[in-house]
Amino acid sequence: MKQQIVVSGIGGQGVLFLTRVIAQVAVDRGIPVLTSESHGMAQRGGTVLSTLKIGNFAAPLIRTGQADVALVLWDANLKVHRSLVKKDGTLIINSATAGEGERIDGSEIARGIGKAVLANLVLLGRAVHKEALFCTREECINAITKLAPPKFIGQNLAAFESGLK
Amino acid sequence: MTKELMMGNDAIGRGLIEAGCQVAAAYPGTPSTEILQSIINRKDQAKSPLHVEWSVNEKIAFEVALAASYTGKRSVAVMKQVGLNVAADPFMRTAYLGVKGGMLTVVADDPGPHSSQNEQDTRLFCLQGRVPVIDPASPAEAKALIEPAYQLSEQYEMNIVLRPTTRVCHSRQSVELEAPVTLDRKSTFEPDTGRWCATPAFLPAIHKNLNAKLEQIAKEADWQPRFAKGDGRRPKTALIASGIAYANLVDLLDELGLTGTIDLYQVVLVYPLNPDFINHLRDTYESILILEETYPVLEMQLAHPGAHGKQSGALPKEGELSPDRLYTALTNFLGLEAEEIAPPAGKGQRPSLCPGCPHRTAFYSIKKCFPDGIFPSDIGCYTLGMNLAAVHTVHCMGACISQGAGFYQSYKQDGGEIPTVVVTIGDSTFFHAGIPALINAVFQDARIIVVILDNATTAMTGGQPVPHMGIAAGGRETKAIAIEPLVQACGVDFIESCDPYDQDRFENLLKNADAHTRKEDGGVAVLISRHGCLMDPAVRKSQDRPAVTISDECIGCGQCVEEFECPALSMDEGNDIARVDTDRCHGCGTCIAICPVEAIIEEDK
Repeated sequence: MKQQIVVSGIGGQGVLFLTRVIAQVAVDRGIPVLTSESHGMAQRGGTVLSTLKIGNFAAPLIRTGQADVALVLWDANLKVHRSLVKKDGTLIINSATAGEGERIDGSEIARGIGKAVLANLVLLGRAVHKEALFCTREECINAITKLAPPKFIGQNLAAFESGLK
Repeated sequence: MTKELMMGNDAIGRGLIEAGCQVAAAYPGTPSTEILQSIINRKDQAKSPLHVEWSVNEKIAFEVALAASYTGKRSVAVMKQVGLNVAADPFMRTAYLGVKGGMLTVVADDPGPHSSQNEQDTRLFCLQGRVPVIDPASPAEAKALIEPAYQLSEQYEMNIVLRPTTRVCHSRQSVELEAPVTLDRKSTFEPDTGRWCATPAFLPAIHKNLNAKLEQIAKEADWQPRFAKGDGRRPKTALIASGIAYANLVDLLDELGLTGTIDLYQVVLVYPLNPDFINHLRDTYESILILEETYPVLEMQLAHPGAHGKQSGALPKEGELSPDRLYTALTNFLGLEAEEIAPPAGKGQRPSLCPGCPHRTAFYSIKKCFPDGIFPSDIGCYTLGMNLAAVHTVHCMGACISQGAGFYQSYKQDGGEIPTVVVTIGDSTFFHAGIPALINAVFQDARIIVVILDNATTAMTGGQPVPHMGIAAGGRETKAIAIEPLVQACGVDFIESCDPYDQDRFENLLKNADAHTRKEDGGVAVLISRHGCLMDPAVRKSQDRPAVTISDECIGCGQCVEEFECPALSMDEGNDIARVDTDRCHGCGTCIAICPVEAIIEEDK
């Protein structure tokens, strides 16, 4: 099994957390995983990109046109990172407007749960629902439970579940 | 064996603990910061006593680790690539004098660069310094190389550099945990004046010894380039790679179905290189492709007549060696047909100061008070004050105060109106390298305003402790070194502090400071802009959070978006009216005062 995934957003949207959840699922299932993340200056509200390579890979970066799936938390980033994804790859986009790919207003749904930043897990839910990722619902729930701060596990799971529809 | 998903920096931290490192010192800097943080977090996994410190700067971190090694213990100094410039002085001499207990210097390079003021290559620095340097290709490999590196360091009594790059530091991978060793070493410093105090009389012999050691290390069996033989279908051709470029190459060969079809070398110890290896490549191959970041350090040393690399023009000389660039270089080199690489259709969003950031309002006030001022600034989040046109220069740690003084001296000798020079420097940067510069500015009678942006933390790198908070690495309580008395001791007569959220008072103090610099018996003026970093949850919790909104009075002038540049403020689609993004707004209210028509208001008013 091999899968290449990009997670795109801006600093502060929880791109890193979403990346860690997906990577944790791979670890729990015993599949090799490599990720790369943006830290430092870029995290101050600028465009950030994480890449995940699941399966037998040596390096974390993804070449243009090779990603199978993109989770896009900031829809203006689509123009920046679309080229990384295969032409027939799956795009899951946090957006209130119509356009290319599977779109869901994750921020609005997450606001309803109490925190706009949880749009990241709404998107994960939708990706799992669309069977775009190698992960199952149960595996994601386990990973979220492991990684979320204990106080917020319930809220995090609620966001994830709300994307599963 | 247990496996753990680890960031490269965490893997390095764990590796240092496993190898029995007992003194670890660092100054934070992307992409190296999480290494020391990992050691702090994992301190209870160590089998021996472990001193961990966020030192005031990299030179100090290096020297602390160095002396620990003199006592026979294993130690490490950690920094980013430009941090090595700060530590260059002790680093260079250490090559000559050597160490006792194993000493590693972990220097994280930032090809790109992603979060640095240049993309210098530590491997080249090590050539100049005559220090062996290791270039790992992944988090797991970086960790696995630490114990052998300590052994090499102890065998030759030399400092060894481990050089990960951003893509190793900030990768995550499943990494195997090994049991930490118990070294049980007690400090045994043996004075040896001919060595530890070596005067010029001793140095020719020491230098000769260093060169002899380097020749031996180059031939160490365990550190030779790793070779994977091709199936012979591409004779007299080889690929040579080091660091993350090697890992990217492995994936690319796999993608293109070329694995095992061509001779492939991974160079782990980039300096010193075995002359036999260099000769072997010359004798065996007509053409080689060399893949490395960032400078052509292997390519220079190999000096192969059939080399394709950065010097030959086969690869770009600057920037990261991304998988796409590698694809182009490899397909060219092998004469394969290449698919076109679609460029991104747009640019990403630039970083900006966070909503509610106290630096934003400080910068806005500085710009407002001195529209014709000169604004040298420094390294940190506040570099982003350039977005508000309140930062004119950013150079290296601590440079703003000396540059400010230089600007003043140059304008002053012309005899005309001297522009107000306002330098901005963060609290951590001030401690790191600002104090000697402040003494110099006072002593040379430079009439400048120094604004110390005190947000009580090292913000850019994720909130490491600063000396004036009285908290050391890992939350240990220690003596606090307050800023005001330090500034006073530097000879400054005008010292004020103010919360920049209090915009009227802040601006009044700026004007008073300017007057002080222009008085006959005046001098340097220091204004401490004091408000906690909004990344700290305790700070966010402690301040009111009124809902800010835009009233019908808005005329769509865009001043709040263009000149205040808060990420929570934007113009609507038609550019007719400003709007507040309530997901991002912290309700600091500092934008209220800047609207020319008073259209930014608190919601319930």
